Amino acid sequence: MYSAIISLITVFGVIIAALSASAGLIWLERRLLALWQNRYGPNRVGPFGLLQVAADMIKILSKEDWVPPFADAAVFVVAPAAIIVPALLTFAVITYAPGIAVADLNIGLLFFLAMSSLTVYGVVLAGWASDSKYSLLGSMRAAAQMLSYEVYMSLSLMGVVMLAGSFDLRQIVEAQKGLWYVAPQFSGMLIFLTAGIAETRRLPFDLPEAEGELVAGYHAEYSGMKFALFFVEEYMGVTLISVLVSVLFFGGWLGPLLPPLAWLAVKTLFFICFFILLRATFPRPRYDQLMSFGWKVMLPLALANLVITGGIVLASR
Amino acid sequence: MVAVETQMELLSAVKHKFGAAGFSGGEMKGGTPVIWAPAEKLPQLLPYLKSEGDRTFPVLFDMAAIDERLRNHRLNQPEADFTLAYHLFSFDRVEDIYVKVPLAGAYPSVRSIVDIWPVANWYEREAWDMFGIVFEGHPHLRRLLMPLTWEGHPLRKEHPARATEMEPYRLPEAREEKEEQALRFRPQDWGISRRHDDTDFLFLNVGPQHPGTHGLLRIVLQLDGEVIVDAVPDIGYHHRGAEKMGERQTWHTYIPYTDRIDYLGGVLNNLPYMMAVEQLAGIRVPERAQAIRVMLSELFRIASHLVWYGTFAQDVGTMSPVFYMFTDRERIFDVIAAICGDRMHPNWFRIGGVAQDLPRGWDRLVRDFLAYLPPRLKEYDRIVMQNRIFKARTKGVGAYSLEEAIEWGVTGPGLRACGLEWDLRKKRPYSGYENYEFDIPTASGGDCYDRAVVRVAEIRQSIRIVEQCVKNMPPGPYKADHPLATTPPKDLTLNDIETLITHFLQVGWGPVIPPGEAMAAVEAAKGINSYFLISDGGSGPYRLRIRTPSFPHLQMIPLISRGAMIPDLLAILGSIDYVLADVDR
Repeated sequence: MYSAIISLITVFGVIIAALSASAGLIWLERRLLALWQNRYGPNRVGPFGLLQVAADMIKILSKEDWVPPFADAAVFVVAPAAIIVPALLTFAVITYAPGIAVADLNIGLLFFLAMSSLTVYGVVLAGWASDSKYSLLGSMRAAAQMLSYEVYMSLSLMGVVMLAGSFDLRQIVEAQKGLWYVAPQFSGMLIFLTAGIAETRRLPFDLPEAEGELVAGYHAEYSGMKFALFFVEEYMGVTLISVLVSVLFFGGWLGPLLPPLAWLAVKTLFFICFFILLRATFPRPRYDQLMSFGWKVMLPLALANLVITGGIVLASR
Repeated sequence: MVAVETQMELLSAVKHKFGAAGFSGGEMKGGTPVIWAPAEKLPQLLPYLKSEGDRTFPVLFDMAAIDERLRNHRLNQPEADFTLAYHLFSFDRVEDIYVKVPLAGAYPSVRSIVDIWPVANWYEREAWDMFGIVFEGHPHLRRLLMPLTWEGHPLRKEHPARATEMEPYRLPEAREEKEEQALRFRPQDWGISRRHDDTDFLFLNVGPQHPGTHGLLRIVLQLDGEVIVDAVPDIGYHHRGAEKMGERQTWHTYIPYTDRIDYLGGVLNNLPYMMAVEQLAGIRVPERAQAIRVMLSELFRIASHLVWYGTFAQDVGTMSPVFYMFTDRERIFDVIAAICGDRMHPNWFRIGGVAQDLPRGWDRLVRDFLAYLPPRLKEYDRIVMQNRIFKARTKGVGAYSLEEAIEWGVTGPGLRACGLEWDLRKKRPYSGYENYEFDIPTASGGDCYDRAVVRVAEIRQSIRIVEQCVKNMPPGPYKADHPLATTPPKDLTLNDIETLITHFLQVGWGPVIPPGEAMAAVEAAKGINSYFLISDGGSGPYRLRIRTPSFPHLQMIPLISRGAMIPDLLAILGSIDYVLADVDR
């Protein structure tokens, strides 16, 4: 009975934390972008404009939820759900601090990779079901981009798995007690981070959305709550990748003085800000450039990292 | 002037070759030579002038039609109901020539010259659209600026100029349906196939509402995947009838309309119009007024280039620079507003000078700005021009050769990016530009990146010119002492009744400019902008023709975007630096 209550609290705690982190990111991103762009950003609603999040939510939820008459209605409605469910599920397998995890899965990392592969369905279905040319082009880009970058993403993580000897996120963190994996796995970290940006479709890899080219790409036809789901999913993706980078390469909750959960939060926040800084800085490469960068630079790098790490692990046995 | 000799020499050469019948010469007020030629000789005459003769004019700079039917002062010109004026130009010798063709009849027809100059395509469509002149052999003679459903040809003298002279506008459902149908793109109209072998092409409407088109522009793309097979630009959504409005405004009250042609260029638009009117009136502008004009023009050039800089970076996906550059532009506007009292469209130049003298303390404001901008530009070089993704997106994209540029009437930074060191401010200085030291930046590749390089360098050159203006601002009057200078100097109007009466008449009625024709061109921010004016001895123009740089530049889009991808198209559009108001007028 007692343990059931604890798990319930953890489950709701994680969901609420994930959702409110994503919602909070709306504010954080707008404020940070404004800071880097010589503007003020939202600063009127509530202290520091924090209640802007609530205002944005009210606005987006009260908008007309429109299904275009030319769209494939059933798929059109399912697509936003299909994109947000895998994102939420991944949060379940992460160990945030000793004892704080919804499910301490011994194949947690594999589960994350599997869920991340499912996300592409939501994007492609959304673009396809919209029956709009811009959406179609966007989802075509998304399919190619997300499928290819997933390959390097999985490969880049294998180094960590080999070093820790486990797919379990808790054990991976505990294995970093002596040395964070960012040191032995620096190239793996870079590849994972890059692939993570591509997976979350953020600038400079926001080609499926590409506001200036494809208007809004795969979700051009969406409005109201359905659009909000895409929106929230993007921020959840950012949070997720940031948490994972911290957990896999930067020692997760490990750190002196502060409680474990706070350490993870600080590290995650750092990477979230890094994501936003990237968005404020970079131009967007062209589709073919993105693909050739992936297959010609990222893939060889990830493979080399895999072979070298494997060799060293084998040699030190 | 050399121009007269050109005209005499050329006329005798032409008469010698084609026979004297129907040919005659003329000259505009500012000295621009004119050759009158019969319509049936055009197909031989124009290739001769373009490339075969001793003095060639490789550029079809502009083409204007004139409705002559209500004109009183024909100035000994041949009989005509309509006149076509082909404005040819030579970069090497910096020479203009107008070839004018008299046409008879209410809806005359003439042979198309698209096979001689591809750039004539849009000019001829415009002339058909506006005057109803038919061009035989034109591949797509359909409306360009007006809606496809429009009735009548607006620049004909019988067409009403005001909405109040027409039926009230109504849009019942049937008409809405009709308008929508007219806008539907039908590939077969343009000789474009829907499929090839086993590929079905995708036709994508980019615009008229699209974040990447910088205004109301529609480009229909024929796509094979993301690769552009062909593109059909559709303009006219921003057409406001600027030329028609000229015919019902006075010379003085038309000035604010010019501000809004290239709405990023502000007073740069005033200048060619003022210069043409001053040629007609025979006014010499005092030195101080010229220097003020130069200084404000260069400030506006910087402002316009800054907008281009930021939006171009945004077109390739960089979010932030546009905010920095708009902030800088706002600083320019602070200076401009302190001098002129308004930001984007200060309507500041007047016939014979400028509206007022510079205010006290203007030099400090300008100096502050000149000290502020260069370090910022250095930073922008780092975040935009030297960024590797930016380079990958723009180098080798949307390139055209110098020959193509000349063939298509490209001027301004787009021309200089192809390696031709040619700037009107240097080659044919106006408004005292010969007194300033500055360089003409060039690049060699003619691609999107090179156009950017040239514009960024031009900002620095403009800073140099403004610095010299501050240092050497000449003393003296800010307006010419001439009866046609509008408005007359204020201090005089307060002291003698004659000037007061003139002031009253010139504001209420408008200055009466003697009959004649004149053309003046300036190096505007986006290329060469010229005004061709005809005065019939009235208080306003009989015909006012605006040659804008963006118009021919947009016509090149299909040529330079074939084979590129959709993101490249956006880079190309950004690098052309057009303003739709400048295209459609």
